[in-house]
Amino acid sequence: MASVVDQAPPRASLIYDPRVRGFFFQGVLVLLIGWMAYEAVTNAVENLRAARIASGFGFLGQPAGFDINQTFIEYSAAASTYGDALVVGLLNTLLVAAIGIVLATIIGFAAGIARLSKNWILAKVASAYVEIIRNLPLLLQLLFWYNAVLSTLPSARDAIELAPGFYLSVRGLSLPAAVFDGRAILILIAFGVGIVVSLLVRRWAKARQAATGEQFPIGLTMLGLVVGLPVLAWLLLTLSGGTPVTFDVPQQGRFNLTGGSQLFPEFVALVLGLAIYTGAFIAEVVRAGILAVSRGQTEAASSLGLKPGQTMRFVIIPQAMRVIVPPLTSQYLNLTKNSSLAVAIGYPDLVQVFMGTVLNQTGQAVEVVAITMAVYLIISLVTSFFMNMYNRRIALVER
Amino acid sequence: MTVMTPQRSFVRTASEEALPPPRTVAGPLAWVKENLFSGPINTAVTVLMAWFLFWIVPPILDYLFFSAVWTGQDGSACREDTTGREVGACWAFVIDRVNYFLYGSYPADLRWRPNLFFLVLAIGIVWMLWLDAPRRGLGAIYFFVVVPILSYWLLAGFPAIGLSNVPTGVWGGILVTIVVSAVGIVISLPVGVLLALGRRSHLPIVRLVCVIVIEFTRGVPLITVLFMANTMLPLFLAEGITVDRLVRPLIGVAFFASAYMAEVVRGGLQAIPKGQYEGAMSLGLSYPKMMYFIVLPQALRIVIPGIVNTFIGLFKDTTLVSIVGIFDLIRTVESARIDPLWSAPSVNYSGYAFAAIFYFFCCWGMSWYSQSVERRLAASEKR
Repeated sequence: MASVVDQAPPRASLIYDPRVRGFFFQGVLVLLIGWMAYEAVTNAVENLRAARIASGFGFLGQPAGFDINQTFIEYSAAASTYGDALVVGLLNTLLVAAIGIVLATIIGFAAGIARLSKNWILAKVASAYVEIIRNLPLLLQLLFWYNAVLSTLPSARDAIELAPGFYLSVRGLSLPAAVFDGRAILILIAFGVGIVVSLLVRRWAKARQAATGEQFPIGLTMLGLVVGLPVLAWLLLTLSGGTPVTFDVPQQGRFNLTGGSQLFPEFVALVLGLAIYTGAFIAEVVRAGILAVSRGQTEAASSLGLKPGQTMRFVIIPQAMRVIVPPLTSQYLNLTKNSSLAVAIGYPDLVQVFMGTVLNQTGQAVEVVAITMAVYLIISLVTSFFMNMYNRRIALVER
Repeated sequence: MTVMTPQRSFVRTASEEALPPPRTVAGPLAWVKENLFSGPINTAVTVLMAWFLFWIVPPILDYLFFSAVWTGQDGSACREDTTGREVGACWAFVIDRVNYFLYGSYPADLRWRPNLFFLVLAIGIVWMLWLDAPRRGLGAIYFFVVVPILSYWLLAGFPAIGLSNVPTGVWGGILVTIVVSAVGIVISLPVGVLLALGRRSHLPIVRLVCVIVIEFTRGVPLITVLFMANTMLPLFLAEGITVDRLVRPLIGVAFFASAYMAEVVRGGLQAIPKGQYEGAMSLGLSYPKMMYFIVLPQALRIVIPGIVNTFIGLFKDTTLVSIVGIFDLIRTVESARIDPLWSAPSVNYSGYAFAAIFYFFCCWGMSWYSQSVERRLAASEKR
């Protein structure tokens, strides 16, 4: 009996075997990359030796010898190292990014909702803002704010008084600085207690609403606890023995403003530029998110008797957030990365301090560029990690 | 035979003209009431916005047009102390420097070459973007092969046919802005497609390399990539090989744009149903043929809006090359506005206003195009 079992498939030539091909192409790729890396490293070593540039990360411990005008840690040209300069630059970048993200979110949500407003003129103004700002390069906007707006402000002698104690001049924004004495820690503790208690109250209120349907004014209670407790602590401390918080208000002298704390014009221009630019992109993200919630949801909410405010808060926003959060994350990351444009207007951020001054002084391009890029990569990864966590929490739970 | 019906006098023979709708539900008045004054909050918002517009729009118009200075030889034409009136935009400065903004320091007698380059490029762009243009395959070859070679000969020079060499150091202004963005798009599109294909490949090493390249590039700011190209590229090359100062940021920009383009293209690849791949395989097409004839034409068509949006971002990002010392439009504006000949407070704003108008119309035109393609694609989806 003739059988067709056990008949081996016809042997094709090896070059037609996909697995062999796969190995071949990947081998070529690995060889190519290896060769490029080898060439780059040997050339770099050779060039560095020729230019007498040291290598390795030892330079981080050497004295920096240059000044930075905005610092959050002890820093001085004489006593600090390049490593300290790196930390100063990083903190400045994080500060701009954090304040910029908060402001951009507020602007973006306001403009995004305004663009969907029934009020024609408000919607048109919001559209104009989004269209104009999105179509202009950020660098141009930063230069405009810094060179054309802030540098034409009056000198410190004729500073504009925005509000009592707030002066705007070509040297930046001067504002009262709070000076705390030792007992002020109690206010901080009161603030912490306020947050913890209000979270507990919210949990209880939610459980009660789920069980009985009775609502509890959570928002007002939380506000009262978080703001009220510190104010109460401050009042008690003041009554018991003098105020624990004094304000150092800037004084307008003949030539200068003294006292208070100061926001440098570079900082103001950068935060303003980043927030306005990113705000326009966030507005589009928010608008798309709200439009993605179908109209039936609004109608169903109305037919249940929810007020427009409640519809927005309990029905539209929670669903829109699912659409909004992923692109919002990338906008936050863009803002953080765009803060590196600080170098154009001289704000001492990571790139300006480290890739600019430190790179020029040490010449150690490879190490400096590698560290800077690594820092940005870490910031990106950490931000997306937290946003992904938040996204998972609000994502649609399916069976 | 007709049956005569007696005429009844109370029956109309013609229908009455329809009355116009009441003015409170239709017409401009109703529209105003509905959209501007439908309630107390709405009215308050309208009043506030009207006040805001009144506060901001007339001064801008006044600045840009009514009190602008159109003619003049130097800064004194745009200063309040010499003209004796409030001075708006100093367009005289922009008109005086427009050649500098366009070509940088490109030799004046050779400016026909950048002009011809603009024309060559414009033909290529129209051929690529106009979806109903004839012979679009030829157009792609023209755009990705002919235009780069021709542009290089035109701008940098080709002594053999009588075009003298022009060093890149004298290029500047809008010319450089367009060169950087054109190189960015010409390189980033094919490289981005390759990276996207690599990221979706079954070969683990290829996929790993592509993922690392894409995610690394997207995780760092462009300015660090430009600094890297500027400082590290010369280090990595053997002694004696130098890279032109303009080419270094070009490589950085192209590299950066490729990573973003790769993600856009990947979106298109993922949107192609699996049946298309399987159909192509069942026809016996090899991987390159399957991609070239079946998958990529469909995938790229879907992501045209995404590609254009990436390109808008790239176009705006080209301004960053000014930070590493290339004379693009921003840098020429910056260096022209501090010229002592044209020292006037108004000149600062005028230079920025000119650059803003240029960038706005370029980006706005591109986004208008991408929206029209989107509408067209949506219409073809509906059928």
